[in-house]
Amino acid sequence: MNSGGRLEKALAEREFAVTAEIGPPRNASGESVRAKARLLKGFVHAANVTDCQSAVVRLASLAAALHVQAEGVEAVWQMTCRDRNRIAMQSDLLGAASLGIKNVLCLTGDHQKFGNHPAAKNVFDLDSVQMVEMVRRMRDDGRFHCGDEIKGPLPRFLIGAVENATAEPTVLRLLRLRKKVAAGAQFIQTQGVFDLARFEVFMREAADAGILENCRLLAGVIPLKSARAARFMNERVPGVRIPDEVVRRMEQSRDQEEEGIRIAVETVDALRRVPGVAGVHLMAVAWEEAVPRIVSEAGIKPLGDR
Amino acid sequence: MIVAEAKPLEELLACLEESRRALIVSCSGCTAVCLTGGAAQATSLASRLKIAKRINGSDLDVETAFLLRQCEPELLPAIADRCARADVLISLACGVGVQQLAEAYPDKWVIPALNTTFAGSYAGEGVWEERCGLCGNCVLHLTGGVCPVTRCAKGLLNGPCGGPADGRCEVDPEVPCAWILIYERLQAQGRLELFTQVRPAKDWRSARDGGLRRFSREGMSRE
Repeated sequence: MNSGGRLEKALAEREFAVTAEIGPPRNASGESVRAKARLLKGFVHAANVTDCQSAVVRLASLAAALHVQAEGVEAVWQMTCRDRNRIAMQSDLLGAASLGIKNVLCLTGDHQKFGNHPAAKNVFDLDSVQMVEMVRRMRDDGRFHCGDEIKGPLPRFLIGAVENATAEPTVLRLLRLRKKVAAGAQFIQTQGVFDLARFEVFMREAADAGILENCRLLAGVIPLKSARAARFMNERVPGVRIPDEVVRRMEQSRDQEEEGIRIAVETVDALRRVPGVAGVHLMAVAWEEAVPRIVSEAGIKPLGDR
Repeated sequence: MIVAEAKPLEELLACLEESRRALIVSCSGCTAVCLTGGAAQATSLASRLKIAKRINGSDLDVETAFLLRQCEPELLPAIADRCARADVLISLACGVGVQQLAEAYPDKWVIPALNTTFAGSYAGEGVWEERCGLCGNCVLHLTGGVCPVTRCAKGLLNGPCGGPADGRCEVDPEVPCAWILIYERLQAQGRLELFTQVRPAKDWRSARDGGLRRFSREGMSRE
């Protein structure tokens, strides 16, 4: 065990893991984060807290992660390479560990072009593979990136990374995944899966290549609230590709929210059957209420007090 | 080569409100090649400035001086007389040339007429594209001759981010994803092992993060 957290235990015990995503607000309200955490409590092993997603300034992911944990929900603290150099990253990692954060998710980060400060200077001192390796070395070797020894308590994180499993070309995504796992990623959360056939190919090839032997993969599911939201994501969110037939299905339904839940439940159901899938990651950004319904309706057994 | 683009005329005019005699200094080096800083552009800029000033009801005497390379200190004394007559110097060189001109004539106000944008090359008629980020630690032998530091919008060293769609960069659908180019080239060469190796973090001291960069050639320098 590294962090001893609920997510790590669930993955170690091969329990079907459920994580969800909480987007911090564009203001100083801790309560809005806490309210979202209360919605998820009992339904997820851990909740991701995004780090200024889409490069829009939001309440700090570390602060939001603490609000989430204060509500009894374990946080997966997200950190991108976009806004911090290696000095700030390591400092925040030590700080987060000292405050009881168990899981860190290492991401490259959306380019600032997509956000509300497109004129900002980006950092990308490290890339996400290098970041994963840095966190692992801090934890396992007790060394800072520069090689200096960390004297005293070490940051004991479960280390996560992301992959866009249904992006093309598959072979390139697999090579990149292999690098992240080699660098120390213990769990992977994927971008939202809509193309199940392609996802299955990805998983089969990952298994054949032995990439996931020491790493658990949680497949991403994005519940669609409306056809408009789906089109927006296709146009504005990098890495998300929602097939036309899914958008059409949303358009043609009488109750788009209900249809969105149905599609998500069907997707969770299908993903559970794909060999190698250790869990699902539900990204219902700005629609956290959808998560308890999807978990229940997908027949994932109640999580009790965890 | 160094690529530079013209500043908006209004920006130059705003600097010239008090001026009576301006000297435009062209450069026949890189900025002439990318058609923003050569003799022809100097002549054209002179006319446009004169006309604009006249429309505004004031007169500006604009001379032009053509230099082979403005970044070459030895070439700058040749225009000393004309510089002396002018109350402002307008440089059509890259940032290097502008600074050489300012150093050669430290009592003159030197105005850059161009924005120096990147080190790149010709990429089709009338188009130039960035190729080198001048990071001081070249990795092109590991990346199939495609620079990830410059051509990936995030400067990633271990493969693409999750953003590319249809082989195009998430930042600009006109631009191919550098890492997909790298992958394709390494695959064609049968050298994919170069892709799979985890590349360590870059030492940015050789880039401009380490402060002013300076190069002294052993045996040639008195340093």
